[in-house]
Amino acid sequence: MNNTNMLGLSITPNCLVRKVRRLPLPGDVLVKVGDTVSPETQIAYGEVPGYSVPVNIANKLALEAHQVEPVIIKRVGDTVKKGEALASIKTFFGLGQQIVPSPIDGTIESLSPHTGVVVLRSHPAPFWTYAHIHGRVAELIPHEGAVIETTAAFVQGIMGVGGERHGLLHVAVGSPAEVLDSDRITADMAGKIIVGGSLVTLGALQKAQRLGVVGIITGGINDIELGDFLGFDIGLAITGQENISLSVIITEGIGQIAMSDKTFSLLSSLQGNTASINGTTHIRSGVIHPEIIVPSDLDTPDESQAGTTALQVGANVRIIRNPHFGKAGRIVALPDDLHLAPSELMYKVALLELDDGEQIALPLANLVLI
Amino acid sequence: MQSSNLYQSFLIADCGTTGTSVILIEEHADTYSLMGRGEAPTTTEPPYEDVTVGLFNAIRHIEESTGKTFIDKQGGLQGVDAFLCTSSVGGGLQMMVAGLVRIMTAESAERAALGAGAMVMDVIAIDDGRIAPQKVQRMRELRPDAVLLSGGIDDGNIDNVLELTEQIASAKLRPELPVIFAGNIAAREQVSKILENRACLFFVDNVRPVLEVEVLEPAGREIHRRFLEHVVAHAPGYEKLAALTSAPILPTQGAIGYIIEDIAERFKQTVLGINIGDATTDVYSVFKSKLIRTVSGDLGLGTSISNSLKEAGYKKIARWLPFSMEEGEMRNRLRNKMLRQTTVAYELNELLLEHAVAKEVVRLAFEQHKGSVVGLRGVRRARDVGHIFDQSLSSDSLASLMDLDLLIGLGAIFAQAPRYDQALLILLDAIRPEGVTTLAIDQYSTASHLGMLSTLNREAAGEVFYNECLAYLGSAIAPVGDGESGEPCVEIALHTEKDTEQFAISVGSLTRLDIPQGIYRATIKPSKHFNVGKGPGRSLTTELVSGLCGIVVDTRGNLNHNDVHTWYEALNAYPLSKESDRQ
Repeated sequence: MNNTNMLGLSITPNCLVRKVRRLPLPGDVLVKVGDTVSPETQIAYGEVPGYSVPVNIANKLALEAHQVEPVIIKRVGDTVKKGEALASIKTFFGLGQQIVPSPIDGTIESLSPHTGVVVLRSHPAPFWTYAHIHGRVAELIPHEGAVIETTAAFVQGIMGVGGERHGLLHVAVGSPAEVLDSDRITADMAGKIIVGGSLVTLGALQKAQRLGVVGIITGGINDIELGDFLGFDIGLAITGQENISLSVIITEGIGQIAMSDKTFSLLSSLQGNTASINGTTHIRSGVIHPEIIVPSDLDTPDESQAGTTALQVGANVRIIRNPHFGKAGRIVALPDDLHLAPSELMYKVALLELDDGEQIALPLANLVLI
Repeated sequence: MQSSNLYQSFLIADCGTTGTSVILIEEHADTYSLMGRGEAPTTTEPPYEDVTVGLFNAIRHIEESTGKTFIDKQGGLQGVDAFLCTSSVGGGLQMMVAGLVRIMTAESAERAALGAGAMVMDVIAIDDGRIAPQKVQRMRELRPDAVLLSGGIDDGNIDNVLELTEQIASAKLRPELPVIFAGNIAAREQVSKILENRACLFFVDNVRPVLEVEVLEPAGREIHRRFLEHVVAHAPGYEKLAALTSAPILPTQGAIGYIIEDIAERFKQTVLGINIGDATTDVYSVFKSKLIRTVSGDLGLGTSISNSLKEAGYKKIARWLPFSMEEGEMRNRLRNKMLRQTTVAYELNELLLEHAVAKEVVRLAFEQHKGSVVGLRGVRRARDVGHIFDQSLSSDSLASLMDLDLLIGLGAIFAQAPRYDQALLILLDAIRPEGVTTLAIDQYSTASHLGMLSTLNREAAGEVFYNECLAYLGSAIAPVGDGESGEPCVEIALHTEKDTEQFAISVGSLTRLDIPQGIYRATIKPSKHFNVGKGPGRSLTTELVSGLCGIVVDTRGNLNHNDVHTWYEALNAYPLSKESDRQ
């Protein structure tokens, strides 16, 4: 039961990335297979049907439902403007007139003889989907979009906020253990995606947003400061729709926790390249992790660099729960027997040698590969 | 096919979002017993995308422990008479419910959906305070798996039923959307016309054929059919899974409801069951012979744990900790648990924090539940002179703690607690039972499996659940009243075969009566300002269960959380060191 998150998250320098770019509703696809695309390229266009507004004519004119149809001025399919009369009746022996105005701009969708209700639909709203990454159109999805393919470095975070963004990568700290504070955020970072170390402070986030930074990648963040930055506390981790102008991707966890060496060196090696990031996170069935995609010039992916995917002797791991939360170490033994924890629960454990030489036994469930 | 009562062996699986568990039940010498249990991660996500991979992994654990073979070479099952399954993968069937009046037909429809094990995303009613466009927009945003539409007593109001139907049609969800119509039968033809080509319509008996009667079963059965279609269509490998089962797959939550209902019926008791999950907390109760289930959709100890903190508040959780923890530290720890739900509590403080959150989750979920355990509302009640002093309304909760006989904890937090006293404290602190209540836990997390089995062989399910899986923690005696700490509160005379043991308990304490396990006749005499069920100062003679935690007397009244360390020590619930754990 406990090995579902033992594999950790993807940190791959060079792999084939396929992104499905799809409209939420059917529309027109604007690209063809083989096209080269950039993050701003429009892939597909559509129109979302307008919202419906029922207007109870019978009630408004004090009529029975079956009396409504003759007094309706407009017919099903007609266009109406806000304030324009939908129905009218004569009053005061024909001297006056009572009308029912349309509450919106739209069209008449239906008239119910059962209820005397006219349903109006507002005008459709246009929407697009963009490529989000540099790449090539590999496949079309008729009426919906396309699949974009690229060879890229691919890194998944543990949690993020904010939606899709792209910009040049800029490493703002000297090591993965350093804190990204407001002093390290400068005006020349506008439009860029900033790579921090073990923690990003609230001051740094606020200054970065003010200066037009489009993304921050950090090892950790304090939950209270994340809430203060967003203006609300996140309850369920269903993110991506926040009203912020920069996206934040947390690679390791909550609190101060050094970015893994592997992630930090990979991102450092890509400084100056265009990265496409997405902070959207769904921690529930059908999990979605935030991601960083940095297309490379290489034509062929090298999947052999995926590395070990099992917790075995010799594997480098990160501790993801107290005690020793955030520390890294190496597995030196995997005892068969269950271990009695101070909580009195029994676990399968790994014997670890921490970077400072200390040896400790911790539950396998509290370790991830790095 | 042989009659289900002739079946002698069963494999029963429960496929959850993260884990799949399977149990083996066999009959030997006319007695059904739990012979094996296996667990494995659920495999509906990449790279497997086939639920049967995880199922077979779990069954292999049973094969290893029993030496028997259940998986044949063709990937089928052998060696048992029946294979049954429940599922909550992906959160189950997500439904919207619609009815005319929120507290009448809409409420009945909501009860039908929840009772059948569905997740109710929203309840739409003519009088719910929202205008029609908002309701239509809401339907489009939520994209439900199915809709239960009720409204109007038979041959009653049609216009408003059609108005609701038109709103569903306006949402243009999808032509294959299942809409179960359980409203006024006279409206069926017109409902059918409005939803033509807009939804897939199913007619069942009205949930409120007349105001005074609620009929939930036909709607519940149809929801189960739609659930099965839904999981088979949407969850990878379910077609294969469904082909293996001897009866239709049921929603996990619906199956748990069956076993709770069975307990209440079998022992003629009022029952409250709390199932804390990763994402949601379900509360089941049977008061006045009626099963009510509510789901607190965003309260849980895994993916919802940070939301549980948000709902309860830092201070409410911190008050249960026998040590101090800053808000920032608590938030970081719980957020990390939310992100990595399968991590485990290695240190005692981590376990105490999880238990503290569990207490608040149970408290909040029960508060929500109480509001739903009401009589049929909107019913004109005959009143005579005998009712002059009866001020109760049909909207008053029927979930009276003084009337509660049995309180059951379900879910891993109870089943995996290192000491039974920890499970008892979660229930006691969160629910605050009144009078005399028996506390128990589902110690092997088999309630859903055995609820499923009860649909095929009720006797076998009951035999295994009550004899092997339900662990009785013991009776809790909690007098209700006011008094100063240290004043006499209650006297208990416990009658054993040989003599009578006397206990005198004062106000403000938590006391364990450490006596051998068994059922005892007892006389409980509260002091004049306290009530144990018969009124202030009046004695109650009843049976008490001394269970795995003995019998517990809770005279704490209004809790002073400065004493939390003392309470935990009184029951020896945690391996606390004296001073260091208070820091």
